[in-house]
Amino acid sequence: MKLFRGSSGPEAALPQVPQKLTRRSSGLGELARLWESETPLCVLDLGSTSAANIRFFTERSHRIYSEDLLVASTEPSLVTKDEDGKVILDSRQFLADNLVYPAAHFDVVLCWNLPDYLDESLVRPVMGRLWSMLKPGGMLLAFFHTKDAGPDSPCFRFHIVGRDTLEMQRIVLKREARRGPTGAVHTAISDGFRLQRVFNNRHIETLFRDFASIKFFLARDNVREVLVVR
Amino acid sequence: MSAPLSGDLAQIGKSVVIKGELSGSEDLYVDGQVEGSIALKGNGLTIGPNGQVKASVEAKAIIVQGKLEGNVQASDRVELRKSAVVSGDISTARIAIEEGAYLKGKVDIQGRVEKAAGK
Repeated sequence: MKLFRGSSGPEAALPQVPQKLTRRSSGLGELARLWESETPLCVLDLGSTSAANIRFFTERSHRIYSEDLLVASTEPSLVTKDEDGKVILDSRQFLADNLVYPAAHFDVVLCWNLPDYLDESLVRPVMGRLWSMLKPGGMLLAFFHTKDAGPDSPCFRFHIVGRDTLEMQRIVLKREARRGPTGAVHTAISDGFRLQRVFNNRHIETLFRDFASIKFFLARDNVREVLVVR
Repeated sequence: MSAPLSGDLAQIGKSVVIKGELSGSEDLYVDGQVEGSIALKGNGLTIGPNGQVKASVEAKAIIVQGKLEGNVQASDRVELRKSAVVSGDISTARIAIEEGAYLKGKVDIQGRVEKAAGK
């Protein structure tokens, strides 16, 4: 796993990335057959609040839950230290405040690029909680950068605009959302969240080892899409 | 900002703190702090940019510019403006969310559920 724990500093030049991009998503395409289901689905969107996604699911009579875990992870009260004195985020507190749902509640969880940008101390506890919240047979979609991605790869919010099409919009944090822990664990930079690490395939398989199956889709934009089934 | 639903509009200013049950039959603009419950059946509620509401909220139309913690039930529509921070489940017939708004909770579109159930 390639870690990006240090900061390149606020003076570092950010890559020139358009504010909005459109991309095809094979993982989303795989999920599309579920959206046509007559039975209302329970969907959890863990990205930034998206009117497009809420409209997409409510128009199809599904129930949509929205919870922005990256913003939630910037809560200053989460900062603590482990037994070695290293600054970490308190995963117990985080899970007491967030992802509070009954077990086996969701049919689909849309993680988007959350694991790549979430603080190291939260990744495994969050994935464990997501496993328990998914129904057996429920599906989770996540995106991972490939090793070619650099630490300044911008974080996007994802809007569903078609059966297998996403609009990606670069996240620009509000000033108040930037208040957060000090030191290297702070995930926010001047205009967005910072890529924390790059998982290789083996790490991804380990991360989702409790799930029944895992499917990879390699995209052209240095992103692997991963669809896992509980 | 959208125009209020009717001519009557009560206002809670930003220095006002209210704890308890609020109900009425006119539109309400909250720019202060309210804790408890707000019931304005048939009327509109606007939570201004300085508003901090910790309450279950029921109204015909609800516009949020500030902070709202609690479940939301609107018989007509909910609008979350870009500065809105909402934690709670929303049940409404229509919803509009501006880019930048923050929502933590469920969205239930009531009209569609009824329509689906009536099939």
